[in-house]
Amino acid sequence: MTRYYTEDHEWIEVDGDSATVGITDYAQSQLGDIVFAEVPAPGAELKKGGDAAVVESVKAASDVYAPVSGTVTEGNDALEGDPALVNTDPEGDGWFFKLTLSDTGELASLMDAAAYKAFVEAL
Amino acid sequence: MSEEELEPIEILEMPLGDWHRARGARMVEFAGYHMPIQYEGIMAEHLWTRESAGLFDVSHMGQLMLSGDGAAEAFERLVPGDVSALKEGRMRYSLLLDEDGGILDDLMVTATPMGLYVVVNGAVKWDDIGFLREHLPDEITINHMDDRALLALQGPKAVDALLRVVPGVDALFFMEAGSFFWGPKSDPEPLWISRSGYTGEDGFEISVPATHAKALADALCAQPEVKPIGLGARDSLRLEAGLPLYGHDMNPQFDPVEANASFAISKRRREEAGFNGADRILKALAQGPAQKLVGFSVEGKMPVREGAPVFAQDTQVGSITSGGFAPSFGAPIAMGYVTSQHAPIGTALEAEVRGKRVALTVAALPFIPHHYHRRGKAL
Repeated sequence: MTRYYTEDHEWIEVDGDSATVGITDYAQSQLGDIVFAEVPAPGAELKKGGDAAVVESVKAASDVYAPVSGTVTEGNDALEGDPALVNTDPEGDGWFFKLTLSDTGELASLMDAAAYKAFVEAL
Repeated sequence: MSEEELEPIEILEMPLGDWHRARGARMVEFAGYHMPIQYEGIMAEHLWTRESAGLFDVSHMGQLMLSGDGAAEAFERLVPGDVSALKEGRMRYSLLLDEDGGILDDLMVTATPMGLYVVVNGAVKWDDIGFLREHLPDEITINHMDDRALLALQGPKAVDALLRVVPGVDALFFMEAGSFFWGPKSDPEPLWISRSGYTGEDGFEISVPATHAKALADALCAQPEVKPIGLGARDSLRLEAGLPLYGHDMNPQFDPVEANASFAISKRRREEAGFNGADRILKALAQGPAQKLVGFSVEGKMPVREGAPVFAQDTQVGSITSGGFAPSFGAPIAMGYVTSQHAPIGTALEAEVRGKRVALTVAALPFIPHHYHRRGKAL
């Protein structure tokens, strides 16, 4: 399993052609207290860089983008009852959705953990 | 002029800018200033203020002193409140009105020995000053006291904390103000303190020379009840308290009756008129406004934000002007304008968010009861 990151602060953990997507610890720290998350329904077709989910803090709503194209297999229903999971465990239990990748070649444009760390430090 | 020639607008520093950074605040630009949006987190800061005491830096707001013979009468042309009747040390909430009765700003006005002390919103203070200068007679002096900081200490324990720092403040009741001394007896600093605020809680607003703002903020935060609180929680606190935010819930399109601020139109002024937009406003008072600012409870957990259209079946009947999440009871709340027919409390409506309908119910304001320390109220 390999984890990749986007410049929009999503992470994607890939296992073959399936993957799990969430937002990074840096993203949740910038958003502050999460009070609502809307995840895509199974079957939804996502396009790399397109809107995939919504996360809302006390202050504002933010979009979560699809790191790669694919078909959603599962949304994280736990976020409905406990959106604060995104704050407490953003890169674990606070995941947003799982999908089947339509083109694993798209992963080549994403950052690995070291590159993302350097990217955040430069912000 | 090409874009390259445009001078970037400088974001101004407030007297406590570095003080906020040193305490771990995340800073954002607001009203042209670097301001703290949050420290440990909006939710925690909000709840702390509701149960203890929060210190807010509101130095971006405009502190004006209007002085000269007839200042109150002249100012009354521009606001619908009874300013002439204010006794020294008493204050009221009022609205600055354009010629048509549209709201240019909401403000607090206090009668002081030096003149009328007027606190206006930071985002429009330069416009306000220009408007006042244009519409007040030349004999009335407008002093913009930009050498002073403004701190708000809000919450049920604000009085306990402030009393240890500034003796005597417990003598003030809600909407009363006075001069108090702070610091060593040999060299005390005069502070102008009012028992007022914008969170719905008991609390104080303290005008302090900018040179002494850090020392005062340190002294207040040294009290165990007090933590510094950012703008984010200030917004969620005022929304729960049903208090409008200028530029969002109020703007020149709306008059005071529409903006649910008829209480700010004093009895004598209703009888005598003689203020900007009196025709429109008194007519709206008599006949009812066409549209009205109301509160909304929101079904489910998804916040409904500013700009969302409000529908009765297929017809748009208004829009949301403030919306967010109420940390005190863990649900979304909002305010907005709807046509008067749909304004009664309990009316079922819908908002549209990202293409989906969300059920709303017109709710009584405030969303949580105010806890002001009113004169004459049994303890």
